[in-house]
Amino acid sequence: MRIGVITFPGTLDDADAARAVRYAGAEAVALWHGDADLRGVDAVVVPGGFSYGDYLRAGAIARFAPVMGEVVRAVRGGLPVLGICNGFQILCEAGLLPGALLRNAGLHFVCRDQRLRVERTSTAWTGGFEAGAEIVVPVKNMDGRYTAEQSTVDELEGEGRVVFRYLGANPNGSLGDIAGISSADGRVVGLMPHPEHAIDELTGPSADGLRLFTSVLGSVLA
Amino acid sequence: MARVVVDVMPKPEILDPQGQAVANALPRLGFTGIADVRQGKHFELEVDDSVDDETLAKIAEGFLSNPVVEDFVVRRLPA
Repeated sequence: MRIGVITFPGTLDDADAARAVRYAGAEAVALWHGDADLRGVDAVVVPGGFSYGDYLRAGAIARFAPVMGEVVRAVRGGLPVLGICNGFQILCEAGLLPGALLRNAGLHFVCRDQRLRVERTSTAWTGGFEAGAEIVVPVKNMDGRYTAEQSTVDELEGEGRVVFRYLGANPNGSLGDIAGISSADGRVVGLMPHPEHAIDELTGPSADGLRLFTSVLGSVLA
Repeated sequence: MARVVVDVMPKPEILDPQGQAVANALPRLGFTGIADVRQGKHFELEVDDSVDDETLAKIAEGFLSNPVVEDFVVRRLPA
């Protein structure tokens, strides 16, 4: 099992994402933003950071990178894709997930350990969780306020496509306390918190995040 | 060459905390009577005469703005 991790100019969390992939027992394959080539990987992680300095809008420029054209094409064929933080913003800008991420309502960069509830387990990235599981992973962003038209939010809620929800205080004012969502088929998942920073209790608040990466192994091999 | 201005604003129903922060600061600075502030983006493009309005609309809608949360206006400034 080979999982690609994309690096854009300004990506920060590609090293931790690759480490999480290896912890899960898969091979991490470095993918470069300028290459229109997914190197035959079985899944892709779009990691966090500040691609292109967040100029214009978070994720707005990265979505036009050559590698993203290949990701959009491969998603049509069912490729599992996980977007974390800036990666989530990029997937929304690319139209792979609905809605947008806007400046945190409190205008502060929020960095803390965050409790989440896993709302949907029928996705490529959450199949290994118990339904309703409560997990703790770090959140760290400036533009994390999930926003969409009310009809889109109603659709996501109605179809059970809210994958993660904030528990306790909402860090950014997102609609419906939404922390992460999925595509209709559950192959594409995006979330603002950082599961790749919570894969080992030595270096994170928990090892809860590792389960996203082990889940995709099960979904691809199944 | 022509100068084209693209103004991008958060849609009216979208919460604009940056605009609110500016609005809240004004009374503290002694300016009264400002009921509301919305913050957006202003782009100035130097455009070759061969670029048509349809292309400009594509640039504004597909790149300079995010239609999910923002509205835009394209204006050609008189030479």
